Amino acid sequence: MSQTWLVVTLVGAGTVAIKAIGPVLLGGRPLPESLSRVIELLAPALLGALVAWQTFGNGEALAIDERVIGVAVAAVAIWRKAPLLVVVIVATVTTALARAIL
Amino acid sequence: MAERTFRDGARAVGPLAVAVAGFGISFGVIARAVGFGWLAPIVMSATTFAGSAQFASVSVLGDGGTVAAAVAAALLLNARYAPIGISVAPYLTGSLWSRFVHAQLVVDESWAIAAEGEGRFSRSMLLGAGVVLYVSWVAGTTVGAIVGQGIGDPAAFGLDAAFAALFLGLLVPLLRDRRHVAAAALGAGIALALTPIAPAGVPIIAASAACLLGLKR
Repeated sequence: MSQTWLVVTLVGAGTVAIKAIGPVLLGGRPLPESLSRVIELLAPALLGALVAWQTFGNGEALAIDERVIGVAVAAVAIWRKAPLLVVVIVATVTTALARAIL
Repeated sequence: MAERTFRDGARAVGPLAVAVAGFGISFGVIARAVGFGWLAPIVMSATTFAGSAQFASVSVLGDGGTVAAAVAAALLLNARYAPIGISVAPYLTGSLWSRFVHAQLVVDESWAIAAEGEGRFSRSMLLGAGVVLYVSWVAGTTVGAIVGQGIGDPAAFGLDAAFAALFLGLLVPLLRDRRHVAAAALGAGIALALTPIAPAGVPIIAASAACLLGLKR
């Protein structure tokens, strides 16, 4: 098997297994009390990390570029209670404009 | 709140599906450019369905890295799907086989859209958003791998900022009290502190440890 197909097969099998492990082993049942207190904070913790990483991450380095302007304008839209569709479009258009101008 | 449906999930993720398709195209183009051919990128998107991990493994191989390094990079990036899968497990009811299949539709965006706060998730939102994202990702990859040479870089259209904006928009309603704010701030801080010094994937999985704040009364 070529290197390419070996990577495709191993990454695919590994990812399918990682994604399946929780729902297959624990599916359809409530989590134990202590675990559910931890899991309740998983969404804010991971979303905080993803916002930071998608805004400032550039491969294995940090960068300040036009995305910061787009996300800042999106933050204003969120604060003004704009719908999610508007938030995403505002961020995209602002970032594209900033790249075209700067 | 009214029960949210599969269609609500599909609709909520609509704007993002455009960005996901754009990155699917660029994945197809990049993978083909480093010698993946046209079929392997499509098969990878259909089976792995996790953008950042796919980009990572292709770039490692493209830079002359080993198979082991490419696989390790991708699986580290996807390690976060173990806790994410546990978080949605109580809501994925049904047979073993359907839970296995539905689990594959869990990606950052579908999971975030399905979050209802206090650790609850909407199964139908998760599946509706997941199906739309899956189709966009695989279709985008197909276009990129077969006819994509010459289509521009999605970053030029600002599509790379769409993900941060979406995640921020989904995070804010979840910040119900100080514990949630603390977990989000700690997660962001861990991710930023580790990004320059740790291999790709480690900052995000390490940031998920911020949820251990939940053990404190």
